[in-house]
Amino acid sequence: MSGTLFLVQILNGLQLGVLLFLIAAGLTLVFGVMDFINLAHGVQYMLGAYLAVAFYGIVGNFLAALILALLAALAFGLLLEFLVFRHLYARDHLDQVIATFGIILFLNHAVRMIWGAAPLTLPVPDFFTGSVVLKAGLLYPVWRLVIIASGLSVAAGLYALVSSTRIGMLVRAGATNARMVSALGVNIERLFMIVFGFGTMLAGFAGIMIAPVISVEPGMGDNILILAFVVIVIGGIGSIRGAFVAALLIGLVDTLGRSFSIDILRLVMGPSPARMAGPAIASMLIYVLMAVVLYVRPSGLFPARGR
Amino acid sequence: MTGAALATASGARALRPARDILPMLIFLVFALLPIVASLTTRQYLLDVGARMMVFAVAAVALDLLVGYAGLISFGHAAFIGLGAYAVGILAAHGINDALVALPAAIAVSMLFAWLTGIVCLRTKGAYFIMITLAFGQMVYFIATSLAPYGGDNGLTIAARNTVAGWPLLKSDRAFYCFTLICLLATYLFCRGLVVSRFGRVLRGTKENATRMATIGFNARRFQLVAYVIAGGLGGVSGFLLGNSTEFVSPEYMSWQRSGELIVMVILGGVGTLDGAIIGSAVYLFAEEWLSRTFEAWQAIFGPLLVLVVLFARGGLIGLTAQLRRRFGHA
Amino acid sequence: MPEPVLRLEGLRKNFGSLVVTDDVTLDVVPGEMHAIIGPNGAGKTTLINQISGLIPPDEGRILFAGADVTGLPPEARALRGLARSFQITSILPGFSVLENVALAVQARAGSSLRFVGRAADEAALNLPAMAALEQTGIADRARVPAGELSHGEKRALELAIALAMQPTLLLLDEPMAGIGREETERQVELLLRLKGEMTMVLVEHDMAAVFALADRISVLIRGRVLVTGLPEAVRADPQVVTAYLGEQME
Repeated sequence: MSGTLFLVQILNGLQLGVLLFLIAAGLTLVFGVMDFINLAHGVQYMLGAYLAVAFYGIVGNFLAALILALLAALAFGLLLEFLVFRHLYARDHLDQVIATFGIILFLNHAVRMIWGAAPLTLPVPDFFTGSVVLKAGLLYPVWRLVIIASGLSVAAGLYALVSSTRIGMLVRAGATNARMVSALGVNIERLFMIVFGFGTMLAGFAGIMIAPVISVEPGMGDNILILAFVVIVIGGIGSIRGAFVAALLIGLVDTLGRSFSIDILRLVMGPSPARMAGPAIASMLIYVLMAVVLYVRPSGLFPARGR
Repeated sequence: MTGAALATASGARALRPARDILPMLIFLVFALLPIVASLTTRQYLLDVGARMMVFAVAAVALDLLVGYAGLISFGHAAFIGLGAYAVGILAAHGINDALVALPAAIAVSMLFAWLTGIVCLRTKGAYFIMITLAFGQMVYFIATSLAPYGGDNGLTIAARNTVAGWPLLKSDRAFYCFTLICLLATYLFCRGLVVSRFGRVLRGTKENATRMATIGFNARRFQLVAYVIAGGLGGVSGFLLGNSTEFVSPEYMSWQRSGELIVMVILGGVGTLDGAIIGSAVYLFAEEWLSRTFEAWQAIFGPLLVLVVLFARGGLIGLTAQLRRRFGHA
Repeated sequence: MPEPVLRLEGLRKNFGSLVVTDDVTLDVVPGEMHAIIGPNGAGKTTLINQISGLIPPDEGRILFAGADVTGLPPEARALRGLARSFQITSILPGFSVLENVALAVQARAGSSLRFVGRAADEAALNLPAMAALEQTGIADRARVPAGELSHGEKRALELAIALAMQPTLLLLDEPMAGIGREETERQVELLLRLKGEMTMVLVEHDMAAVFALADRISVLIRGRVLVTGLPEAVRADPQVVTAYLGEQME
């Protein structure tokens, strides 16, 4: 087990963690403030990626594509909110689950119809191509570092926004007790829209940033959505801080687990059973982690509503 | 006075047979299907019918959770998958007897339900939904990583299970009858369960958990038992599915499948048990028919779901509710 | 001095920086009707919730029938004989009135892990349930879905559910809340009849009812027990009069 590989995987874990945070942040706020289970949040991530590819095809410039895609994703998210989600806030969770499940099915298919089922790619912007030498023998792709950096800055910015601005305070209050906030005269509908729009943009941003690294295909949002659920459940619904901690934790555990499970198991069993059990155990790791955390703290690590 | 009052209290007995008309019709249709199939020489009807019943077993179990216990489990397909894989893995090791495979399927599902239920039930509401989703996903990924058992591509099963050495399930018609019996047994069991002492506590907890606690009922214990039962029944469904298709794959326990199961339950009518059977039949029928006539079945189905939830919460559900009201559903 | 049925020792509960229960120490002796009175916001319902187990205290102990129940969940306390009625009616609206009470009987009538047989037909459960309903005067409504009852009838159902538990201690959280003069008189009569049979803690605002029923009164002001004593003594206590009773006396 080489130290360099270990460092690379730590960085990969951070990258995944940051990505998960971007998606989970919007999800946890929407859920915390509006008590709305949005299964369709993953498609926002997918849309971000697809829109980035589409706009890049038109304008040929990554930054322009990013901005356009962000705006388009936001617009689409708000459209969905207006057409569908708004009517679901008052409904029970079962209704929300079914309706947003229907939206996933529809959008996954729509995307397939518009762009085809074949995976698409987006080239890494010129300025950030290639790898950088972090230390002797350790090369790491620049773009992945950019993802990590942008994710961390968004996290910092979000934290500042939520803790130091008036809107942020309203969001935090809404996450703790939405009815009270409404009773205090705040335009709760506008607050919901802002929270929702923001969450949508974050997810879309994540999709845009990851597009150069992975293949953009229908259904790409689904698996990461479930990971995001694990993040917010561990972190505590309604808590940005919780989402951040949990996202990084999960990103690291999952990545390191997948890379080194076989090696770790080989310490206690023969190479052949280790090779068989390794991937299975690796895929279980984060869920076991979730189970352990929830057993001890059923409301997550940093619940907004405070138990 | 007390005796008379008691008599009126259980007086609704007289109406009860009417409530049985709908399920009797349902099972009659299923019982007659093989005859129709051979008369019209449309053997695929048998396949479709069997498939409907296989999923109906799981859907009835899910309705127990969603409709009666108030537990919205978004990971129910995991139990189907576990049951199916029990059949598949045993077959891969040369064990082909249903007398081993069926109990194994039930045992594995119940164990998984118990272990995950202990964690899931410590949480409420939306947390519960997300965690069941997550655990379902976990099983899915474990299955994909099981290289010796096909991994992503799934595992073919050489032949259907034998029963004590006899290839009783080999013919499609025999298997269909067996599935029908399983569904009937599941349905009757669940019908009895929901009016039993246990079922009453479950329903009471769904309605007012605080009240039930202050009366002396530990909600979590009862919910866990219900979850394990539902899991076991899901395992039965998986056993049937594996044998029916002679194939098992991680797809059987994808979260999309879990979602489809919930749709089946609400399509027919939550909290009715009959509804779960109707819902499975309608859903699978629509899937069969729609996928023949429209390629973009999912493109229509998605918005349809949204519309049903938004505007016709009565809709298909209300239609069945009105039918049952006509039959004097107590 | 008989062993108290209920003893609260140094109970404390804060919600954030708000002190809702402030070092409450209280005894309830067997057979007594112990009233807890106090202005709105004094923390009476929170106190009852801590006694019945719905809210854990931050500090202090709760001893019920000699045993420390502070860490026990509400269902465990219920099975030991602690029953309560709720200030905001808490019943099962979808179930019949009879079933609401029969469930309370079922909780202590053997195992509920029975998966066969119609529970609603069990005479062993229904007979005691009907008896409780007759005691509270709503036996004629046994078949009605509980959600369709009038407010006063629902209060009676609350009481019937509690009585069906054959409690060692009955906690009544504002049983007269929102019911008319006639109903209140009926409730008072019923409680007077029950007085000898069981120990009760009564949280109430209706002073006439309190003075008609209580053997002893504890006055709760801002989470703290100001005084505990016989009704006449409490009535005359100058502290109490200024803090609370002054507004309440007719």
